[in-house]
Amino acid sequence: MSTAMQSYEGGSVSVDVNFSHIALPGLDASHGAVLYLDDITVSFDGFRALNKLSLMIETGELRCVIGPNGAGKTTMMDVITGRTRPDAGSAFFGQTIDLRRFNEADIAKAGIGRKFQKPTIFEHHTVFENLELAMKSDKRVRRTLLTRMNGDEHSRIDETLTLIRLSDSRQRIAGLLSHGQKQWLEIGMLLIQEPKLLLLDEPVAGMTDEETERTAELFLSLAGKHSLVVVEHDMAFVASIARKVTVLHEGSVLAEGPLATVQNDERVIEVYLGR
Amino acid sequence: MRALLTRLYGTRGWTAIGVCIVLLCVAMPLANLVATPGSAFHVSDYFVTLAGKIMCYAMVAVALDLVWGYAGILSLGHGLFFALGGYAMGMYLMRSIGTDGHYQTELPDFMVFLDWKQLPWQWWNTDQFWWAMILVVAVPGLLAYAFGYFAFRSRIKGVYFSIITQALTYAAMLLFFRNETGFGGNNGFTDFKRIVGFAIARPETRMSLSILTGLALIATLLIARTIVTSRFGRVLTAIRDAESRVMFCGYDTSRYKLFVWTLSATLCGIAGALYVPQVGIINPSEMSPANSIEIAIWVAVGGRGTLIGAVLGAGLVNGAKSVFTVLMPEYWLYVLGLLFIVVTLYLPNGIVGWITEKIGWRGGDSRMASKVGIAGVRPQQTPPVAGETAR
Amino acid sequence: MKGDSHNLARRLRSFATFYFPLFTVSIAMSTKSIARRVVLLVLFACALGARGATAIDIGVVDALAFGDSDERSAAIAKLVDEADPRAIALLEALGSGDLQTAGKRVLIVKGKDAFDAVTGERVSPLPPVREDVVANNRVRREIAGALGVLKLLSTERAVRLGATKALALSSDDAPLPSVKKALERESDDEIKAILVSIIASAGLKSDIVEERIAAVRALEHSSNPQTRTLLVQLLEKKSDGTYAEPDEGVRGAASISLRTVENRLAWGERVGLVFASLSLGSVLLLAALGLAITYGLMGVINMAHGELMMIGAYATYVVQNAFKVYAPEWFAWYLVLAVPIAFVASALVGMVLERTVIRHLYGRPLETLLATWGISLLLIQGVRTLFGAQNVQVENPSWMSGGIAILSNVVLPWNRIFIVLFAALVLVAIWLLLTRTRLGLFVRGVTQNRPMASCVGVATARVDTLAFGVGSGIAGLGGCALSQIGNVGPDLGQSYIVDSFMVVVLGGVGQLAGTVYAALGLGFVNKLIESWSGAVVAKIAVLVFIIIFIQKRPQGLFAFKGRAQEA
Repeated sequence: MSTAMQSYEGGSVSVDVNFSHIALPGLDASHGAVLYLDDITVSFDGFRALNKLSLMIETGELRCVIGPNGAGKTTMMDVITGRTRPDAGSAFFGQTIDLRRFNEADIAKAGIGRKFQKPTIFEHHTVFENLELAMKSDKRVRRTLLTRMNGDEHSRIDETLTLIRLSDSRQRIAGLLSHGQKQWLEIGMLLIQEPKLLLLDEPVAGMTDEETERTAELFLSLAGKHSLVVVEHDMAFVASIARKVTVLHEGSVLAEGPLATVQNDERVIEVYLGR
Repeated sequence: MRALLTRLYGTRGWTAIGVCIVLLCVAMPLANLVATPGSAFHVSDYFVTLAGKIMCYAMVAVALDLVWGYAGILSLGHGLFFALGGYAMGMYLMRSIGTDGHYQTELPDFMVFLDWKQLPWQWWNTDQFWWAMILVVAVPGLLAYAFGYFAFRSRIKGVYFSIITQALTYAAMLLFFRNETGFGGNNGFTDFKRIVGFAIARPETRMSLSILTGLALIATLLIARTIVTSRFGRVLTAIRDAESRVMFCGYDTSRYKLFVWTLSATLCGIAGALYVPQVGIINPSEMSPANSIEIAIWVAVGGRGTLIGAVLGAGLVNGAKSVFTVLMPEYWLYVLGLLFIVVTLYLPNGIVGWITEKIGWRGGDSRMASKVGIAGVRPQQTPPVAGETAR
Repeated sequence: MKGDSHNLARRLRSFATFYFPLFTVSIAMSTKSIARRVVLLVLFACALGARGATAIDIGVVDALAFGDSDERSAAIAKLVDEADPRAIALLEALGSGDLQTAGKRVLIVKGKDAFDAVTGERVSPLPPVREDVVANNRVRREIAGALGVLKLLSTERAVRLGATKALALSSDDAPLPSVKKALERESDDEIKAILVSIIASAGLKSDIVEERIAAVRALEHSSNPQTRTLLVQLLEKKSDGTYAEPDEGVRGAASISLRTVENRLAWGERVGLVFASLSLGSVLLLAALGLAITYGLMGVINMAHGELMMIGAYATYVVQNAFKVYAPEWFAWYLVLAVPIAFVASALVGMVLERTVIRHLYGRPLETLLATWGISLLLIQGVRTLFGAQNVQVENPSWMSGGIAILSNVVLPWNRIFIVLFAALVLVAIWLLLTRTRLGLFVRGVTQNRPMASCVGVATARVDTLAFGVGSGIAGLGGCALSQIGNVGPDLGQSYIVDSFMVVVLGGVGQLAGTVYAALGLGFVNKLIESWSGAVVAKIAVLVFIIIFIQKRPQGLFAFKGRAQEA
């Protein structure tokens, strides 16, 4: 039975092995780009959530995305993570992976991790189990039925627990953590997946100032090894980490550049302060 | 091996299982077959069959708990898989009647009655026990696989899934009511004479079937326990609580659901196959939506996501049903109806959850019961959102 | 176990009797028994109408009363020859054994009344010594034939029409001379047409080719369903390979006529199918409209919805009984009161349920499902305790019985027509309620954004209760309507719950328009498949279709596509 199950969605399981068999038209322009969105359009019953959005994230980059409500930030993340199929445009991860062709699980396995706006962790599992489930490993049905954890995996979880400062709470039920701790746990779950690209939707919402500060440090230390896209409303936080900022408005990019430049852009001011 | 044993149950748990096996395989046969009727230790044939029947129900309850309690998939069509297993066994039993039927022909009586001249294709090879056993597992399994494949791939979940499974069993019931379907229509199969050569009415045969059911129940419980204590099991509960997070962790959740869903259906099929020779009849009413939804209340009464609670619930509810239908049948529906309401309102974690809360006994997945609530039971009132149920 | 299966079988049957058949749209009622019944009915009407007419030839009456079989036959033939409609009562009395003799006098005795057979005058007091006039089978047969012909000449149009139709449907040879005579006298077009086709059918048996061709051509205009059989028979080959109709010209004409007739009949069937679909669709709509509010708008999975319909039906039953006892003269209008009472009864039960159970389960659909299923069991058993487990009798008011015949083979029953109108009315009412009233505004507001509605001062809890009450009340209206076309019993609701959920799910949650399209569409598809392959197969096919459809479009037919929700 399990062989039948493994093959039921074509060969899509093998994404992280070899992508060379996928034909990719006109991709070469993006040397060193980890994420490449071009002319993405998504409409919901006539409403254009994304309107010819183009965005390129370079390897190791830390990018902040800001924009008023309804600018299309979450929809953009949905497109990247395979949740929403774009009506038009192309979305590539690295040189070769056409994101439009894979489902959420495959994209996650390929190396894109996503943190939701509302902290989404497994509330009925312990902190340890949360990390165990998120850890990069063989995630096929048969393996999870028979697998036992080895020492290497144990130590990876321990490392992550230390990093997110939850070592003392490893056997606590995750649902009982504070809001900030939940945010950290979710970030930990992202990291232990060892993604190449992290999408973080309002990661510091509900955190204390100290926690926010530590999160900023963490993100800065991650940049370089990973690529990060951070959507955030907290401008102080953005200012503390941002190198390059993208402003979304009505589904497309309004401005892009260093924070100071963007903040002085007249159109951005208009959008934020009203006409 | 040792690690697996301790992972499944503690010392107390294994002792309890051992006691159950002794009761089942030694005490019950002695009390039924050896003890003289009238003595304090005598157990009647009626009780043996009733126990066998209830243990079949308990298997179904465990199977449902596996998908509902752990994966959050409430099936209102498990009666269908149960009945399909029963029908597969029933075909074999009908063929075993041979020429001892009313019309004394090789064809089952109802076919003679309908003036059929030969067996329809579905009956091919059903006189072979091994083939019947394959059907018992394969028919519910394949149906569940096909249905689940499409349903889970289309991301149908929650109440939508429940309602569609209900429609499925309803459609199947209508289909089996037709004589043309080839399974005896309204009356189904009955008047069985023997099973693998043994007379079906003999106390020894009934006792063996009952013991076999008990062992099958224990096996089911252990299989289920193995699954839920593995990483697979943790993925399942994670799917129940936050499916999209599981997907973004890189798990193909539909395959997990499909696996446990198909497994659950085959367990139901086996339970149905054990059920039919004991009660001596199978007909389409087993597929009625009411029957399937009743299975859910067994699980809910015992406590979702605990496995043992499902066994407990099936035993208690069906025990009560047996008592009521003998003593005051007209009140049973009131009791059952109230049970549905009271359990969902006041006992969201069932009896096992309630005991856990009272005694503070920490075990199984009910550890969270008092604090966070289990299986999506949110303690606080959440307002309904238009369309929320659709997703 | 056995009891269970019986119970279920009964439930299914009661479901089938009212759900599956083409709702008594009587297509091709070609059985003899119906024809006979029509004749009897007509006879009865005539017996009343012809009473008190002027004298009939006394010799004929004497022959009938005192003569032997041959004399009686002659007398009957004479009566038919004279074509005197007043003889109907006399012959009818002889046929049914109401003719008696008192000495030389011949009397028609009806219970305690007696009339002189010759003069038609009332005779009172009844002569004490009387003898029955006994007619043997041969005479009875002749009487039946004679009556059939005499009816054709009746002065009452309805009597003539009934007799003509009966004659057209009967497979006996028509008494051609009488029919021709009747045709000469006839002024009514409808009756004329039928008479022509009767003569034409008879003409098929003529030995002369031209007459047969003429007959075949005349049959082209017949809308009698039997015509098709007649024509088809002409075109059939016998076992020895020769045609039933030897002449090629006749066969050619017959195939042309056959095509015309079949076309016309097909139209009738199509109209019947459309009406039956509309009727089933409106029944589904009534069952689903309440759900469209409680499930579609409020998100409450109410498995007891069918039982709320049942309560509406029983409320109708109670009102009907009250009218029978307290105001029998107003009985025809009991529905006027039953409709609001059914609404209120179900609404009240629904509101109590919302307050006591459902309220505590908002946002937990699976639990709601189980709890409301429990409620449905309680309601079913409650009704069994109160009214008994058997179905109860709910009568149509007189103005709802019968139907209108729009084509020869299609009769639309009035109760079905009223259900369709009623469903439309309820639909409009709900639409107005949701879009034009404050409650509707609040309901929409609360379901879309509860905290915000609460902030702007809407009493959300009360709105919930009221909205649920309205949804339940509409279920009651549905039940009231169903009581007019089907059985009313404790299991009434069970038959609808799967279907009404299917309608709402198919139509898309929260979409009133979707519900309407889904109900009518399901009704049509169901009837269409049913006309090919039978009711149960249709039902299964529709369920399987919905299951597959939902896989493809989980949000239903008309739901809006929205941003994927978080988590």
